[in-house]
Amino acid sequence: MEKKTPFYDQHLKHGGKVVPFAGFLMPVQFFGIIDEHRHVRARAGLFDVSHMGEIEVRGPDALKFVSFVTVNDPAALAVDQVQYSAMCYRDAGIVDDLLVYRFPDHFFLVVNASNVDKDFAWLQEQAKGFNVTLKNTSDQVAQLALQGPTAEQLLQKICDLKLSEMKFYWFKVGKVDGIEMIVSRTGYTGEDGFELYFDVKYADQIWDALFKAGAEFDLKPIGLGARDSLRLEMKYCLYGNDIDQTTTPLEAGLGWITKLKKQGDFNGKDVLLKQKAGGVKRKLVGFEVEGNAFPRQHYKVMKDGKQIGEVTSGVFSPSVAKGIGTAYVATEFSKTGDSFEVEIRGKGVPAKVVETPFYKHGTHK
Amino acid sequence: MNFPKDLKYTASHEWVRIENGVATVGITDFAQGELGDIVFVELPAVGATVGAGKPFGTVEAVKAVSDLNAPLSGEVVATNGDLQGSPDAVNKDAYGKGWMVKIKLSDPAEAAKLMDADAYDKMEKHGH
Repeated sequence: MEKKTPFYDQHLKHGGKVVPFAGFLMPVQFFGIIDEHRHVRARAGLFDVSHMGEIEVRGPDALKFVSFVTVNDPAALAVDQVQYSAMCYRDAGIVDDLLVYRFPDHFFLVVNASNVDKDFAWLQEQAKGFNVTLKNTSDQVAQLALQGPTAEQLLQKICDLKLSEMKFYWFKVGKVDGIEMIVSRTGYTGEDGFELYFDVKYADQIWDALFKAGAEFDLKPIGLGARDSLRLEMKYCLYGNDIDQTTTPLEAGLGWITKLKKQGDFNGKDVLLKQKAGGVKRKLVGFEVEGNAFPRQHYKVMKDGKQIGEVTSGVFSPSVAKGIGTAYVATEFSKTGDSFEVEIRGKGVPAKVVETPFYKHGTHK
Repeated sequence: MNFPKDLKYTASHEWVRIENGVATVGITDFAQGELGDIVFVELPAVGATVGAGKPFGTVEAVKAVSDLNAPLSGEVVATNGDLQGSPDAVNKDAYGKGWMVKIKLSDPAEAAKLMDADAYDKMEKHGH
């Protein structure tokens, strides 16, 4: 039986088409994926992302522990700063990708909905020998993502923080419509925007307050369908598609979050050092296909009749007006401009590796 | 859900309008809603032979792709060229401007196997 987020009734009220996703009943669309996608790029959209998981890490060893279980370097974070990171197994396969929030006295981890139980069990197991306490607060936290070029103006109407002073990937605890919450300048769309984390009991109040403040900005609810096409246009990774326990951060193009020189050991370090020295055999690339054919997950990537990779995400891109996708391909075919074919229903459709993000005009700061 | 009474339906969510031995075929309002925004419809060439229950084309939506199955056997005598430029006609007007092919039937008796609107509505509600 799927869980409902605290915004379930709001989705039905706004005409959302609700489907099972990652153990939750979630809206896949409200008024059409392409229109919703364009609305977020041009105006403002509100996403219910309460299915995401939240885990608090407290105790004297919290920093040391977070550094041990993630590949990025949490010691580099200031208080009120956010970091995109990944947790790896010892073999450098990815447990999950996540956001790491640094508070004065603890860390707050935001993980994928489908991985919450797995992640929490993994963290508990890894915590042996560290003086930390872990708390899974996923069911008590409502999360909304307000995204789009007008997000700051809109939210400022009902928020007591000075949002113009908040930089991308920073956060503060402040009040929205009088309710205390985490206001984080982050998102998964490529547009400017904020993610709000607050007590589930204020779900209806905050939802309504945002739509009231958002009326003049034409704020609309946005479903998971557009969330996926927006994130893919930015080549943001999706766990379960682009990354999983069989892929490493270096293969996934996440070298920029993999801090091999940080202090101390961390899960996956040995394997990642070897991959860094010897080079990876395959890489996650972004590609465009020719014509009216669209790549989908698991389609084969072929070169001269031989399979050289597999598509991990694919979509019709509303912004580029082409079929775009990501695929792991053999490193020798992973440079911008390299060409190959994607096998779409038995036919080889020409495709080429392009610079990413696919969409280059995002308003994220 | 809108399922016109004068049409026949398949379990794979195509609709059929038979007039003078020619079947006009499209996908149902339910099917277009499930697929979401349709961005490309791939259709056979005029003159192609299609077989009842066999795929004859594909519908690409933003998130998903789906086969089109021929409800009846015969020869394709027309295709809806307007869908090249405006595939969203399938979303907006599934039973009108969203039509896909016209098939000259080789075995009109096959039509007896198709569902009427009530039977299709029942099947769709039971989630098959």
